[in-house]
Amino acid sequence: MPDITKLIHNYLRHDKKFPHVWCPGCGNGIVLGSLIRAIDNIGLSKDDVVLVSGIGCSGRMPVYVDFNTLHTTHGRALTFATGIKLANPKLNVIVVMGDGDATAIGGNHFIHAARRNIDLTAIIINNNIYGMTGGQYSPTTPYGKRATTAPYNNIEHSFKIAELAICAGAVFVGRGTVYHTRLLDELIEKAILKKGFGVVEIVSHCPVQYGKLNKLGTAVDMMKWQKDNAIRVEKAKKMTKDELEGKIVIGILADKELPIYQDEYEKIWEKAGAKKIAQEGK
Amino acid sequence: MKAKLLQGNEAIVEGALAAGCRFFAGYPITPSTEIAEGLALRLPQVGGVFIQMEDELASMGAIIGASLAGAKSMTATSGPGFSLMQENIGFASEAEIPCVVVNIMRGGPSTGLPTSPSQGDVMQSRWGTHGDHPIIVLSPSTVMECFHITVKAFNFSEKYRTPVIILGDEVIAHMREKVELPNPEGLEIIDRIKPTMPPEWYIPYENNARGVPAMASFGSGYRYHVTGLIHDVRGFPTSRPDEIEPFMHRLIQKIEKNLKDIQIVDPFMVEDAEITIVAYGCVARSAKRAVIDARKRGIKAGLLRLVTLWPFPRVYVEKVAEQSKVIIVPEMNMGQISREVKRVNEGRSRVITLNKVDSNIITPQEVFKKIREVL
Ligand SMILES: Cc1ncc(C[n+]2csc(CCOP(=O)(O)OP(=O)(O)O)c2C)c(N)n1
Ligand code: SF4
Repeated sequence: MPDITKLIHNYLRHDKKFPHVWCPGCGNGIVLGSLIRAIDNIGLSKDDVVLVSGIGCSGRMPVYVDFNTLHTTHGRALTFATGIKLANPKLNVIVVMGDGDATAIGGNHFIHAARRNIDLTAIIINNNIYGMTGGQYSPTTPYGKRATTAPYNNIEHSFKIAELAICAGAVFVGRGTVYHTRLLDELIEKAILKKGFGVVEIVSHCPVQYGKLNKLGTAVDMMKWQKDNAIRVEKAKKMTKDELEGKIVIGILADKELPIYQDEYEKIWEKAGAKKIAQEGK
Repeated sequence: MKAKLLQGNEAIVEGALAAGCRFFAGYPITPSTEIAEGLALRLPQVGGVFIQMEDELASMGAIIGASLAGAKSMTATSGPGFSLMQENIGFASEAEIPCVVVNIMRGGPSTGLPTSPSQGDVMQSRWGTHGDHPIIVLSPSTVMECFHITVKAFNFSEKYRTPVIILGDEVIAHMREKVELPNPEGLEIIDRIKPTMPPEWYIPYENNARGVPAMASFGSGYRYHVTGLIHDVRGFPTSRPDEIEPFMHRLIQKIEKNLKDIQIVDPFMVEDAEITIVAYGCVARSAKRAVIDARKRGIKAGLLRLVTLWPFPRVYVEKVAEQSKVIIVPEMNMGQISREVKRVNEGRSRVITLNKVDSNIITPQEVFKKIREVL
């Protein structure tokens, strides 16, 4: 049996009615593939993985996979994940969000989760648009581009998600694209393995909304754009600011050590004289 | 028994710990802050976790997450923060995640009167989140009751898999009274029912005789899906009318079928009362005093104190409506529970309102004056 079939059998929910909700050509499925390979490669037990999402096309990811899965409210996925992780630290909690989910409505939670350094993995699928609601501009829609709520053009300036995460204190930050899947597998794997708040920004494409509104061609054309405009971080270091204009820097952008929240909290337990460190009943 | 001088907020802290609360997430706001401060100190002593979140939306999300991972969890807030929690309260209601939300009411609307008492959130506690949904709301009148109601709130939330709201007011929250904390062994503590069947048999939202499905904790070997979308019995989103309707009905029915258990009232001299006061929270204390004074003067007055505000204790109110000539509803709002009393009364009795929104508590004298007026 080919490896991919084994992965499908092992990780996709056989009792969930397919087909999935995503449009043909969407980048979300590629991200799911990468995520599954990363988890499989690490060898995590499915019982110990929690996949949490917010609302959006990206938010529909958890329902298809055979983990503990939670589809929360728009922008709040990281807050639910925080509760899960602190109540049961042995769980690997992975959070999938869209760019709007993570940096518009959930922007506050995102920077605070990064600052707190709870041992979570945040995966942000950046397709530069609100996909699910039909193509409104998001905090990552580039200046000058079109959206249904920017019918003339977008006059706001966009966030750089990975850089935002670094500034907010995330200990591991990577950026990849759905074109560079091997790098993506690696980034997701590292982010999961990292003790602390790990972030992977994934530059993806939404051919149906963003692509169409901005005449960027088919899904294949948009992935080709990713291929042509992505620069490895190692190479980018040797380039000037002007040369990097309009490019996407991919790779590991930050990797540092900081005590995680859970370890700090154990010291609080000690100070408080906790009778039992571990909570019973789990 | 340990006798202590506590304020209402501190009694809520002790009640939560006694009930088995091991996770609190919150954001400071007067007049509820002492609950967060108390649990920041006390939870680590019992191996629990306290976290101060970035806002109330986050607090509500975090307690739902913790509950899904198996911990009894709680948050506490006041008006503005309660408004922010509404969307996720709806999530907990829809996905049937047990949790307790304390809302110590202060004067509203908006920032309102941060340090003044009010009872202005009665309707919001019932209908604050969108859509038809079940909710249980309890209202304490004494510091001792703050303790017991908190235990009750956890028990109800675990038993019925629903968020339970403790609707306190600034007076009870900050007032100090002597309380005797019961020994933990003597308390009835209810824990959610967890599945015992093999994981492959587990159908997470399957109906049963209780109408409340067994709830597996994340990480316990039962992998399933939880969503705020209307879902089928497996937890997967559905748009099939034949799956939506049974789900909605079960959600409402699990509460409606258990009103006897959930609806708590505290009647005082109502047996022969011709004038019955229906009150709750701090105002019920003034009302009780007024009833005692009225009885001394030979007036047949009584008090039906509501402990459960929602689901509205209809049968108890109907009974007093049947026998009383007049019902007086004193409230520190423009008339919220009184609307419900009038609706249930259906012309049986005369319903008189006594409303006050000037930031002061309704006094026994004011209630007594009203009794004299309606005589
Ligand atoms: C509180 C709230 N506001 C608005 C919405 C409507 N809504 C659903 S998805 C979405 C945007 C999703 O965009 P993004 O997060 O970028 O994810 P994508 O769909 O592109 O994957 C919005 C605005 C909602 N569900 N909840
Ligand atoms: S609308 Fe865009 S993001 Fe959503 S599924 Fe379709 S292609 Fe993907």
